Amino acid sequence: MTDTRDLSVLSPGRVHYAEGLKLQADLVKKRRAGDIDDTLVMLEHPHVITLGSSSDNAHVLVDDEERARKGIDLHKVGRGGDVTYHGPGQLVVYPILDLKPHRRDLHRYMRDLETVLIGTAADYGIEAERDEAGTGVWTKAGKLAAIGIRVSSGWITSHGIALNVDTELRYFDTIVPCGIPNRAVTSLERELGFTPPLSEVSDTIVRNFCRVFGHRSPTGDSTTP
Amino acid sequence: MARIEVPMPQMGESIAEGTVSQWLKQLGDKVERDEPILEISTDKVDAEIPSPSDGTLVEIAVQEGETVEVGTVVAYIDTEGGPAAVAEPTVESEVDATPEVPQEPETESVEVALEASDGHISAEERLRTRSTPVVRKIAEEHGVNIQDVSGTGHAGRVTKQDILDFIEHAVPSSGSAQPVPVPVPTSSDVSSPLPAVREPSAAPSDLWTTFYREVQHPEFPVRSADTVEPMDKIRRLTAEHMVIAKRVAPHVHSFIEIDFSAIDFIRAESKERWASQGARVSYTAFVAWAVSRVLREFPTVNSTISGNNIIYRGNVNLGMAVDLNPGLIVPVVHDADHLGLVGIGNKIVDLATRARDRKLVPDEIQGATFTITNPGVLGTLVGLPVIPKGTAAILGTGAIEKRVVVVTDPDTGTDSMAIRKKSLFSMGYDHRIVDGADAARFLARLKETLETFPNDA
Repeated sequence: MTDTRDLSVLSPGRVHYAEGLKLQADLVKKRRAGDIDDTLVMLEHPHVITLGSSSDNAHVLVDDEERARKGIDLHKVGRGGDVTYHGPGQLVVYPILDLKPHRRDLHRYMRDLETVLIGTAADYGIEAERDEAGTGVWTKAGKLAAIGIRVSSGWITSHGIALNVDTELRYFDTIVPCGIPNRAVTSLERELGFTPPLSEVSDTIVRNFCRVFGHRSPTGDSTTP
Repeated sequence: MARIEVPMPQMGESIAEGTVSQWLKQLGDKVERDEPILEISTDKVDAEIPSPSDGTLVEIAVQEGETVEVGTVVAYIDTEGGPAAVAEPTVESEVDATPEVPQEPETESVEVALEASDGHISAEERLRTRSTPVVRKIAEEHGVNIQDVSGTGHAGRVTKQDILDFIEHAVPSSGSAQPVPVPVPTSSDVSSPLPAVREPSAAPSDLWTTFYREVQHPEFPVRSADTVEPMDKIRRLTAEHMVIAKRVAPHVHSFIEIDFSAIDFIRAESKERWASQGARVSYTAFVAWAVSRVLREFPTVNSTISGNNIIYRGNVNLGMAVDLNPGLIVPVVHDADHLGLVGIGNKIVDLATRARDRKLVPDEIQGATFTITNPGVLGTLVGLPVIPKGTAAILGTGAIEKRVVVVTDPDTGTDSMAIRKKSLFSMGYDHRIVDGADAARFLARLKETLETFPNDA
């Protein structure tokens, strides 16, 4: 049995990581109470390295001094996964969903998120795929998008996806992304040779998300093909 | 006090283990049901795990950073039960309290019991405390223990008149009140208007209902000569229900053969009278009448497993399967044990007619405690029906046909052949709650009732 749900999209722009955490916590509470629909939060963060619950400090390759010099924030976070970097030019998506009753399977949830990203890349003519070895989406050139999620009690999701649009990839040199050494990183800009507008990429993600998760397309957004 | 286990939950079909990443509560902390008490991580996911019940965190079995298989107990919570909820440590309550060791990853982390509150009350006691909500309310208001009142209702049930008489004639308050039977503390629960479980009942949690995931039907390739249609709503609901019902209940079926001679005799005798009354009494009505009475004597067959509890239904609501052709629906005759034979007969006809006209209201297709289906109506010898979920049993009636049987002369002991109308009945039952012997006893009693059908039903 599937029910078609509404999807809200919030685009708060460029938001400090800590603020993003507060926003998510608030939305999770509201979603759990049923006060809001499933929501996609789409934003950017200023430079920040985040450490997930399976992270190893050794995967942060710069010490605090250097990090401060480069202007990179640091946060330990209650999301799955190892270490990752967020920064300008990277589209971060936090789906705040209620996985009940039909989606209470976290592996399936992550695979579905990968499918959304693969579809988004395909819409730009980029062949991307998932990798058995690690969650995320890859092209031949490297990792295009990272995934790290949190499920709060009542099967409410938060955290999520980071898609490199025209991220300054050299910032990834400050970490061992997701704890997986020797894997390169790539972006849409690297693959395409130009930078698509962030709003267009957002719309593409929303469209693919609705397709995979079965939501009604949010009204008033410009999901033009 | 009960020790409840907190298992490593299964967060996905193919997820076999989890790592405790952080304890959100410490030993000795009070926790509330559904309050997050620890965080686990699996692969790229962090998940908050809620407490299965109110209580105190008394033991942490898995430390932060440790990875264990799904189903492994990570902690113990001591519930603060009221005294009435403390069942005597019978073998039954211990059995209830132990979770099944998961066989495969899917059948995993069931939350552990609160003890079944009345697991050790005998069937007779349960029976005697059965009464309508009105009676139980009166009992509570006057501080009367229903067990003390002799019941003149059906099968010893305490009627309203019984309890009013009792209250009128009993010496008021503590003077003559029987000491509340201490060995059976939970009986007072049973006499209260609400169901017996005083503890927060172990309602299916999110973790348990993970097992009842959305039913996904496999897809198959379409060939050029095929036609494809989406399932309509009734078909879809039926399909899902059947998968889930079979998935959850271990189905066993027992057969018995019924001789319809006595019933035939009554039908022949009553035919004219019923015709003039406009009464329509089918064979199924006879079966329904008998089943409704016999169920009162077998509360286990009129029950359902719910989470880690057994709900003994106080009503006898018979689901009567109706062929919609196409499709199937099961309207319900509520409180069938309060209806006479003709009442049941007419009700069945009314429900079936309105079912086919799609004129049933939601109440009429909910609340069944037992179901009767009739595959025999079109000649099927016997069926092995699916037990509707939320009930413990279903009776399938086979075709009624003339058969050659052996009859023994009671005086001489000589055997000879005779021709009788017989039918094979098959009862499907949920072996989690109904054992083979229970089913056999039920069927034997049903057979006896049908074969000695009273004239004044």
